Amino acid sequence: MNYIPTIGLEVHVQLNTNTKIFCGCKTSFGDPPNVHICPVCLGLPGALPVLNNEVLKKAVLAGLAIKAEIHKKSKFDRKNYFYPDLPKAYQISQFDEPYCTNGVITIEEEGRKKDICIIRIHMEEDAGKLMHSEDSNVQESYVDLNRAGTPLIEIVSAPEIDSSDEAVLYLTQLKSIMQYIEISDCNMEQGSLRVDANISVRPEGQEKLGTRAEIKNLNSFKAVKAAIDYEIERQIDLINSGEKVLQETRLWNAVSSRTVSMRSKEESHDYRYFPEPDLVPVVLTDDEISAILNDMPELAYQKKERFVKDYSIPEYDAGVLTAKKEYAEYYENLVKKGVPAKKASNWLMAEMLAFAREKDLEFKDLCSFENLSALLLEIESGTISGKIAKTVFAEMIETNKDPLQIIKEKGLVQITDENAIVLVVEEVLKENQESVQSFLDGKDKALGFLVGQVMKKTQGKANPPLVNKLLLERLKK
Amino acid sequence: MNDTLKKLSEKLNSKEINAVELTESYLKKIEEKDVKINSFIEVEKEEALRLAEESKKRREEGKALSDYDGIVIGIKDNILQKDRKSQAASKILEGFNSPYSATVIQKLQEKGLITLGRLNMDEFAMGSSTENSSIQTTKNPYDLKRAPGGSSGGSAASVAAGLVPVSLGSDTGGSIRQPAAFCGTVGLKPTYGTVSRYGLIAFASSLDQIGPLSNTVEDAEIIYNIIKGHDKYDSSSIPDREYKETKKSIEDIKIGYPPEMLEGISDEVKVSFFKVIEFLKKEICKDSQIKEINLPYQKYGVPVYYLTATSEASANLARFDGVRYGRRAPDAKNLEEVYELSRTEGFGSEVKRRILLGTYALSSGYYDAFYGKSQKLRKLIQEDYLKAFNEVDVIIIPTTPTPPFEIGEKTKDPVSMYLSDVLTVGASLAGIPALAVPAPFDKLPLSIQLQGAFFSEKLLFDLGRKIEQAFPAPPAVF
Ligand SMILES: [Zn+2]
Repeated sequence: MNYIPTIGLEVHVQLNTNTKIFCGCKTSFGDPPNVHICPVCLGLPGALPVLNNEVLKKAVLAGLAIKAEIHKKSKFDRKNYFYPDLPKAYQISQFDEPYCTNGVITIEEEGRKKDICIIRIHMEEDAGKLMHSEDSNVQESYVDLNRAGTPLIEIVSAPEIDSSDEAVLYLTQLKSIMQYIEISDCNMEQGSLRVDANISVRPEGQEKLGTRAEIKNLNSFKAVKAAIDYEIERQIDLINSGEKVLQETRLWNAVSSRTVSMRSKEESHDYRYFPEPDLVPVVLTDDEISAILNDMPELAYQKKERFVKDYSIPEYDAGVLTAKKEYAEYYENLVKKGVPAKKASNWLMAEMLAFAREKDLEFKDLCSFENLSALLLEIESGTISGKIAKTVFAEMIETNKDPLQIIKEKGLVQITDENAIVLVVEEVLKENQESVQSFLDGKDKALGFLVGQVMKKTQGKANPPLVNKLLLERLKK
Repeated sequence: MNDTLKKLSEKLNSKEINAVELTESYLKKIEEKDVKINSFIEVEKEEALRLAEESKKRREEGKALSDYDGIVIGIKDNILQKDRKSQAASKILEGFNSPYSATVIQKLQEKGLITLGRLNMDEFAMGSSTENSSIQTTKNPYDLKRAPGGSSGGSAASVAAGLVPVSLGSDTGGSIRQPAAFCGTVGLKPTYGTVSRYGLIAFASSLDQIGPLSNTVEDAEIIYNIIKGHDKYDSSSIPDREYKETKKSIEDIKIGYPPEMLEGISDEVKVSFFKVIEFLKKEICKDSQIKEINLPYQKYGVPVYYLTATSEASANLARFDGVRYGRRAPDAKNLEEVYELSRTEGFGSEVKRRILLGTYALSSGYYDAFYGKSQKLRKLIQEDYLKAFNEVDVIIIPTTPTPPFEIGEKTKDPVSMYLSDVLTVGASLAGIPALAVPAPFDKLPLSIQLQGAFFSEKLLFDLGRKIEQAFPAPPAVF
């Protein structure tokens, strides 16, 4: 029996506003505990929330970027549950009237496009953080409320994702969009992007979706992929052995690479949502929405079209270069520095991307665009060969040194002096009489060998076209 | 006769007394008399005298902040003041010192008023007799066997006893008006959203409103004008430009009363009420300007009010968990116990009853039948009023169905206690202003309630003054 997995993702994105969603406290990461707090985010008696308008703007921008419907009227609700990191014992969220519904995120795999429907986006506040001692003898836990009240949007996809690969593509695309519109840095390690996955399987041919499990604690794309794969297999195994999949919440354990049950449906909270009486309904006018739309930065697909047009690079290249806002900016910086468009794109796609993936680094952390453009311009001017450039590049990303300095220190400047090369050419011809004879017998391959020998003797520094030319001149004599 | 705010202001202006002497005289009255009525939870003597010194100095330098600079006021224990205790008469907030002041406190201080201390109330404003205070039982100055009403019982009793010239209370379903009625004082529940709730310990957010209790309508108006106004820290606060004061003169006022709401009220209340109606017909407006009106959904007021208020309260009071402030159960051994024991020990039985009621009303599977339905009815009650105010400018009804009841008389029967709010919850649910003014009475206070459209406070004060002049309340003697 074949089984079809169905996955829906709930993604929390932390908005990068300066202040919290319902008070004037700074949003921050990594500061000492409980320094960004006030009566409102502490949940003190008598304190009242006031919606930060920046949050609304960024949230609307996110909705517009995924072509969703923005509701002119929405409201906040209270989601009630007790937990020490939740100061009011309710989270202010949006329940049945979210500000945004019905969007789409398009994923693309090997040229095949697929639309994933976004059911809704809503705004809500984040909770604080509990801090437990590593020492199990310590009987106390602490709570840091710096994060309490940080604005979040929750983006809920329809159950239209079929595999862990699609899930990762979806998340990559979502992250790219959010970064493009600059509403979040989407850093999973720091928790500014958080993912919960709803997973079910059903036998092929069955319409009705199977019972789903919700997986929490997914804090990297790798974890998302591994957890989905594990969970699909776990559910299939259960069904095959005649058991039932339970509706429950499960936690991904990255150490054991398993999901473990956290709570069953029966144990799930009754959040007793009801309209938040301390906040008035959120009302947006057409003018406000279009003003936000006007502020919309260029999105990936628009950039891609522009790159093809302006830089005459293939659509494929443009697609790769605009997949992340960072790539696109980096690319345009190289071009601005005078690097030919196609050369810049080749280098980014071949060298930088490989290293960036291998080292899991952003381009800018791998090597500055100033350094890379300097290196590429050296190739342009003929100071070094493309091959030498690769050596310099490897050194450059290791040491972060100025490429010109590396070229100088290692004596890698290309030899373009004909007289110098002629001496080596003659030496090589003398030492390789057999190859010379082969060439004269009509075996063109021998020329390549001779060029190689010259390059070897010059440690690759000789200008290859020049070597070619000089060899041919001598051989034809 | 207690001095009015204007009288006190004159005395201060003419240097007949200074702010320190004035404050000391009230502190002395509290010391002598409050042992009998227990209206103050805490008298903040030192702080009050310090503020009085500052006020005295300001007046000496000709820098008085207002005409009322140096006048004292009592504050209900659910209104926060920076660096002072506030506990809403609950054990669970024992030891809580507020790091900030309520907006109304700031507004009072900007005018130089001196807060004298914390006034007793029903725990978290839940009650109609102040018997639900975890701290003490306040007595009615007109009859010490009787309750002062609630939840702002301390605010009403202290004013009636002359311990403060004026006080702040809060009204959720009648918590200013009913104690004002029981203690023969004036009490205003303002239009919802005109007085900031920032710094008021919430009971039911969509209903709570701070307002004054006073000896005269004029005093209530003075305090109301000081504390009202938009507050950017309260989203439900009405922007000043949207506060459209009702401009109507007493001469061409139209008055209505709903006969069906007079059913089930006590005879003495009814007799007193019709005395007022007769007076109005004779002295204020023509016969034809006073008519019977119909408020058909009012009969659902009490259940709708209790479902709304308890639902909101169940969430509002969830933050009192012993984790961050207030009282934590000393014997709690783990998180579960911190929650369970702190709340079990910290809340009184009426508060627990209401948290449970509200939690139930919001529960999945019951929401539509209880909370959901109550919100639909709340809209109908609001529409009732809107329609009525197309015909009349002011609705007049008694404030309470009975004169003050005895302490202990209703504590065993919560429903009969809830029903004492039957005449006040309507205005709360509709968000409209309502003013309680003493009605004619001999021994035990009775009260008339004037309700108007949004922002009609001025009109209510004007009409209230006429009634007050016609039927001055005899002072409390105890
Ligand atoms: Zn804050």
